[in-house]
Amino acid sequence: MLSIDGVLLDFKRLDSLATGDSAIHRLDPRAKVLVTFVFIVTVVSFGKYELTAMVPFFIFPAVIIGLGNLPAGYIARKIALLCPFALVVAIFNPVFDREVLVQLGPLGITGGWISCASIVVRAALTVGAAIILLAVTGFPAICRALERLGMPAAFAVQLLFLYRYIFVLTEEGGRASRARALRSFGNKGLGMKTYGSLLGHLLLRTWLRAERIHMAMLARGFTGEFHTRHEFRFGRREHLFLLCWSTLFITLRLQNASQLLGSLVTGISR
Amino acid sequence: MHMADALLSPAVGVTMWAASAGAIAYCSAKVRSELDDRKAPLMGVLGAFLFAAQMINFTIPATGSSGHLGGGLLLAILLGPCAAFLTIASVLVVQALFFADGGLLALGCNIFNMGFFPAFITYPFVYKKILGSNPDQKRLTMATLIAAVVGLQLGSFSVVLETLFSGISALPFTTFALLMQPIHLAIGIVEGFVTVAVVSFVYKARPEIMHGAMEVRPIGNHPVRNVLLAFLAAAILTGGGVSWFASKDPDGLEWAIARVTGKEELQGPEHGLHGALAAIQEKSAFLPDYSFKKPVEPKNKGENPAIEKKKEAEGNLGTSIAGIVGTLMTLALAFFSGFLLKKRNKAA
Repeated sequence: MLSIDGVLLDFKRLDSLATGDSAIHRLDPRAKVLVTFVFIVTVVSFGKYELTAMVPFFIFPAVIIGLGNLPAGYIARKIALLCPFALVVAIFNPVFDREVLVQLGPLGITGGWISCASIVVRAALTVGAAIILLAVTGFPAICRALERLGMPAAFAVQLLFLYRYIFVLTEEGGRASRARALRSFGNKGLGMKTYGSLLGHLLLRTWLRAERIHMAMLARGFTGEFHTRHEFRFGRREHLFLLCWSTLFITLRLQNASQLLGSLVTGISR
Repeated sequence: MHMADALLSPAVGVTMWAASAGAIAYCSAKVRSELDDRKAPLMGVLGAFLFAAQMINFTIPATGSSGHLGGGLLLAILLGPCAAFLTIASVLVVQALFFADGGLLALGCNIFNMGFFPAFITYPFVYKKILGSNPDQKRLTMATLIAAVVGLQLGSFSVVLETLFSGISALPFTTFALLMQPIHLAIGIVEGFVTVAVVSFVYKARPEIMHGAMEVRPIGNHPVRNVLLAFLAAAILTGGGVSWFASKDPDGLEWAIARVTGKEELQGPEHGLHGALAAIQEKSAFLPDYSFKKPVEPKNKGENPAIEKKKEAEGNLGTSIAGIVGTLMTLALAFFSGFLLKKRNKAA
């Protein structure tokens, strides 16, 4: 894995995108969560050999990146970084599935390659959707949306607590790990023995912190609820947003838009 | 071991979501009711700890590769099953959103694979049983090691099953299992040793934490059985519901394909249902344009099943080219629209 500080920096950058202020950012988080969910389910519901029909779905990330004013290059890079992982699993498909499905002149494309490409496209779409949802909504707002949609309150509190302390503890862990690395010339001391006590120390400090937090909470009269600045409302814009995107996804699911457009342009049809 | 969206079919994804959501609801209620409210911040901060700990690597002796803590078992030991399950689930939510580890639909699978097994299977039935009533260092080591290995074996096997039932990857069952299980045996052993190291350190430094953790009322068979039953019910209900819904989906072709490409051993019981439903929806297809696809199906039905995979691009050069041209154009259009919107946004 990359250096912890690098990961943390990246983490913060993604987190800070949610502070943007655009029409998309201002929508009720519930609408965005629901649309993302419909998007992901329609994308994964495609059969394993469908490739062309999935491509029109790129319209969703593209439009949201545009409207939400997100840094397209950064998000594309984040998605691209994850594609190799999808490829690792997908690469077995061409090995096991050698049936030729498409004949392009002398070039025969096997079902394995098609499903391999389909897995990578799927991964890019679903991973992209998750990152974009986070970038235009923000983690606390997503938690709150999920809570309003029926997630148990105890779990919501757990998520918000986790989010609050993740940066603190990762920084602390990063410092400890850097100190260990600096003291272990020639890599001696990076083994299991020091690792156990390093984590043990981190754990003890975490535990003490939790006790302090609990006392601070009691002192401030915490009742088990986090409060927010914004109160969102599921209004007309949200209904419209949800309805339009869902209709589009379902239409694209039923109609292969790429194929239609291709036939229209090339004049070849079945 | 994170399961990815790309390998998942909606039926499997939604079923596992329902199962994990059920477990989260159960655990939330449980944690709420038995809470000593000290546990709320403790769970939160321990989740953050787990997250940080997973980023710190160590060198595995004699191999030169590096590993890190998984942490499911550690949390179960420290917090007890319900609180541990919620904590692991919350860490996985963060990983799915910020690092796109797995994905949102696969979240249900991941929570199940990495949270349910350590918290509700290996902790009560392996760790607790081996540890017995008067634990010492040797027993603790044994219990932790075996529990970690068993937990990871179950988790990785569950990944294999989920992938198999989804039918997106072409990997045969045995190959995939033979690939996954040995790797996770090694990971499990490492995980076991790391957990032992951390637990014994805490045991030496602040024994009261470990005593407190061990005194957490040992969960008897009762609540665990409840959880298992609730899971089973949720899985059956949603599994049935989802496949019903999926079959009514106007594109019956996928089901036909899934049936024919070697999945019939597994989906055997559903075979008849899907077939019947596919036939019904074929008759009641409501989009007239859709009929241009229809000839493919009856034509292929009679042929060698392998050929049925051919789908819309069935070897016809013309349609293939149309498909490729169209795909490239749609892709360009999609990105162009995003670009335009962005420009307009900037101008505004």
